[in-house]
Amino acid sequence: MVDFTLAEMMSVTAARAVKNDDVCFVGIGMPSEACNLARLTHAPDLTLIYESGTLETRPTVLPLSIGDGELCETALTTVSVPEMFRYWLQGGRITVGFLGAAQLDRFGNINTTVVGDYADPKVRLPGGGGAPEIATSCGEIFIVMRQTKRGFVEEIDFVTSLGHGRGPGDRARLGVTTKGPTRLMTDLCIMEPDPECLEFVVTSIHPGVSRAEIAENTGWAVRFAPQVAETPEPTQVELDALRDLKARTAAAHRVLEKGEAAE
Amino acid sequence: MRDGDTVAMEGFTHLIPHAAGHEVIRQGRTDLTLVRMTPDIIYDQLIGMGCASRLVFSWGGNPGVGSLHRFRDAVENGWPGPLEYEEHSHAAMANAYDAGAAGLPFAVFRGYRGAELARVNPAIKSITCPYTGEELATVPAIAADVAVVHAQKANARGDVLFEGIVGVQKEAVLGAKRSVVTVEEVVDEFEGVGPNAVILPAWTVGAIAVVPGGAHPSYAHGYYMRDNAFYKMWDTVSRDRDSFTAWIKAHVIGGGPQDFAAHVAA
Repeated sequence: MVDFTLAEMMSVTAARAVKNDDVCFVGIGMPSEACNLARLTHAPDLTLIYESGTLETRPTVLPLSIGDGELCETALTTVSVPEMFRYWLQGGRITVGFLGAAQLDRFGNINTTVVGDYADPKVRLPGGGGAPEIATSCGEIFIVMRQTKRGFVEEIDFVTSLGHGRGPGDRARLGVTTKGPTRLMTDLCIMEPDPECLEFVVTSIHPGVSRAEIAENTGWAVRFAPQVAETPEPTQVELDALRDLKARTAAAHRVLEKGEAAE
Repeated sequence: MRDGDTVAMEGFTHLIPHAAGHEVIRQGRTDLTLVRMTPDIIYDQLIGMGCASRLVFSWGGNPGVGSLHRFRDAVENGWPGPLEYEEHSHAAMANAYDAGAAGLPFAVFRGYRGAELARVNPAIKSITCPYTGEELATVPAIAADVAVVHAQKANARGDVLFEGIVGVQKEAVLGAKRSVVTVEEVVDEFEGVGPNAVILPAWTVGAIAVVPGGAHPSYAHGYYMRDNAFYKMWDTVSRDRDSFTAWIKAHVIGGGPQDFAAHVAA
């Protein structure tokens, strides 16, 4: 049995979700960690695109910001930001978009804008950045975030980025033709939309995690799929690649980063 | 730059014109409408010093670190004064800069679908495509009174060369009535530049100021790296009104553009 943390389990799980031929629109923090781990393990040809305009970037350390020089230096080419959003994202070239959230509801709708009322916010969060159009223009969306009652809520305060709306048909009614959130990967489990109602249900539980623990950390009455798998624990290869990547990153940035901020 | 102007000081993480931002503070400009996709530390400083009455933006965090505390204090508590804001997505602002450079009144794109910003921001509207009937989002073009950007170099004629992550700088300058470009250095002629380099011809640029290190703590590709430690330090300095004000007094009011070269010395 290998020794690993739940945070590592989350990164590994997210990395496994991408395929070698995917074209990923990557945000800073956990998505960037997961995508680069995938590239360093099972998906060496994975195409990573950052919204700063860098196409096919292959960073050796994780960037602190979306526009670190490392991303540009290791990219095939770098385009302007209008071109990135117009030709590459809106143009339908991206298969997978990775998003995180401050608040998330059971349909994968995302809030990164405000806690409280928009006009008189309790907490002003950074906002949407690229996310509103990533959520609707990428082929599908993977959401990666730590599972907490504060983040996984019954009602989000503001819909920054569309998930499945209030259920089946909502995306289509808004003229959105992409799949939306198809996977939610946390430090406790994997959730996928119920095929009937599109509510996220638990489909795989990480080793050592209980159903009660998942329920305690979810602000809605969480449901489990009829068949729930146990997530395979990280392999030594995955853990070594992840730890090497994080060590290189820490050395490069000198200070250990938490990587909590998105976009 | 004049009081009350609409100002776009751009640079997408890279080439942020921080030295120029300090000069705006020293000149005591007020009532500015500040336009920037990512307000970053540059606008956090201007907002905290009361230079702005309005902000147009699409992501207001400290990249890789967390919050912009002066921006949050202005929005949540009205300090040092009330700050109105118009909030967009990156796609909307990138398209709006593009429309500004193209001389169009608005930008059209496939966006804001199911996004609540469209409910709270009256500037976001929609149009029906006359060819397909598809409903598309629109936002007003960004045409600033003044654009301020930083670039690697200018040549003796006054042409300006950008390299690396080029963001929306070209669009911001071409869309603005007036422009100022700070540069790392002036060379006689650009050398070793490919035929598709991002160059603003001299006749599109209002003024050039040579400020080595002028993007610090952002970076200039080929010259110096992003000062990530500064971005982390800013989280502490800016959290508190007094420590922020003391920092500005010491480093901005009591400093000048000549200080920036030392910030980036290896």
